[in-house]
Amino acid sequence: MTTLERNEKLIQLALLMIALSAISILAIITLFIFKEGMPIMFKYGVNKFLFGLDWYPTEQSFGLLPMIIGSLAVTAGSLIIGIPFGLACAIFLTEFSSLRLRQIIKPIIELLAGIPSVVYGFMGVIILVPFIREHLGGSGLSVLAASIILGIMILPTIISISIDSLQAVPRSYREGSIALGATKWQTTKMVTLPSAKSGIIASIILGMGRAIGETMAVIMIAGNAVSIPHSVLDPVRTLTSNIALEMGYASGEHRQALFATGVILFIIIMILNTIANATAAKQRTK
Amino acid sequence: MSIIEVNKLNLFYGNFQALKEITLRIEKQKITALIGPSGCGKSTFLRTLNRMNDLIDDVRISGSVKISGNDIYGSDVDLLALRKKVGMVFQRPNPFPLSIYDNVVYGLRVHGILDKKIMEQKLQWSLESVHLWDEVKDKLDQNALTLSGEQQQRLCIARLAVVEPEVLLMDEPCSALDPMSTAKIEDLMYELKKQYTIIIVTHNMQQAARVSEYTGYFLLGELVEFGETNQIFTSPKDSRTEDYLTGRFG
Repeated sequence: MTTLERNEKLIQLALLMIALSAISILAIITLFIFKEGMPIMFKYGVNKFLFGLDWYPTEQSFGLLPMIIGSLAVTAGSLIIGIPFGLACAIFLTEFSSLRLRQIIKPIIELLAGIPSVVYGFMGVIILVPFIREHLGGSGLSVLAASIILGIMILPTIISISIDSLQAVPRSYREGSIALGATKWQTTKMVTLPSAKSGIIASIILGMGRAIGETMAVIMIAGNAVSIPHSVLDPVRTLTSNIALEMGYASGEHRQALFATGVILFIIIMILNTIANATAAKQRTK
Repeated sequence: MSIIEVNKLNLFYGNFQALKEITLRIEKQKITALIGPSGCGKSTFLRTLNRMNDLIDDVRISGSVKISGNDIYGSDVDLLALRKKVGMVFQRPNPFPLSIYDNVVYGLRVHGILDKKIMEQKLQWSLESVHLWDEVKDKLDQNALTLSGEQQQRLCIARLAVVEPEVLLMDEPCSALDPMSTAKIEDLMYELKKQYTIIIVTHNMQQAARVSEYTGYFLLGELVEFGETNQIFTSPKDSRTEDYLTGRFG
């Protein structure tokens, strides 16, 4: 074996070790959460966790349904706000704006992703929550406030990945359409968007992942009440908030119940990702 | 009878002059070939005829282009109607990544024809006119990208046919195809000229000689010579044309 070949082998081995360690960290985290969270779920019954309405962790009452609904509600809300705004922005910047404008705006949008979430939460507390309280009623700390702030937080993800996938659509498709006498909007709607669909769906998946996992900003503006919301103006607590709010002082079964919260969050994210990936894959093969 | 009259057309990309004082007339329902070395303005010229150059920033144009007597650079021109009337076939077949059906009826949809019956009629008629119907009639909902390159190019021509253009601009339509497929597309062009005025840009001089009635030779943005194909190929008037045709350069 020459020195060159030996070096090659060494580099391969080193890269393999690094790759494996990254994967094993993920595996360890997963195992740890399940190990800590599963026993208590089986002890009191999985159903009680999933469908129980009352969360009194010090009195053996571990109903997580309000938090599950809370997480799903703010995530759905953020997507309702983030998808149309994000897509419109991406479409405008790739199909209708000049190259110069795009070169100015795109980095600014990507900068938004770098703002710490506590700053978004702070803006929510200072501006959005009082606005909702005064104009729409309630305390202002609400599903609506959390949805709006999360919607803004996922914009950079949706916009920049959608822009990338729209730009990846070959120019020849657009030219073919324009040369047939189609307008720019017809071209976008009927050719470009369908061609970029899998990338756009990917951007939404990533945005959704960010929204459902966000904790800090949500704690600051969602109100954190353990109850099923009846309107968008009601306060909610999400699964992530539940863990963050109580982990500091929880012990014993309470602590285990918070790990169970993590397990449920983990499973929800897996399910949502699988659904979204399956849709994207189906789109590709079609 | 001429359908297109181009008069003293100049085109600039920024400071670069890509077309210089082009003047020519294109005869109706004939095939006109534009030949010349790469980068000498053939495709640019072709794209002035359906105003596809509008898509590029920083393009300036002077002179006039009249199609059926109307100046297409006039202030009141309807671009969508112009592009419907002057269809374009591209160098690389560019069917949309949609079903064969959706590709063909695309032109109808964008021009507001949504009647299912008309669509299906036109679909069959246009696919038959490019001899593709028998090959695809059982798989109309398959993605058009699954077709072969030559079939894709036929599909692109069928896609144009449904909007009933008068002029077909073909920008090196065979350069991505093998000789057998090229022959098929050339046969097709021969049939199509009964209905359409065809202008074809080609690198392939034999192709120009085979299919066209008129030929124009472009060199460095100038139209060096324009005339009947026979005359250009057998007794070119300009020595530069002769140099190119005899292979002294190009």
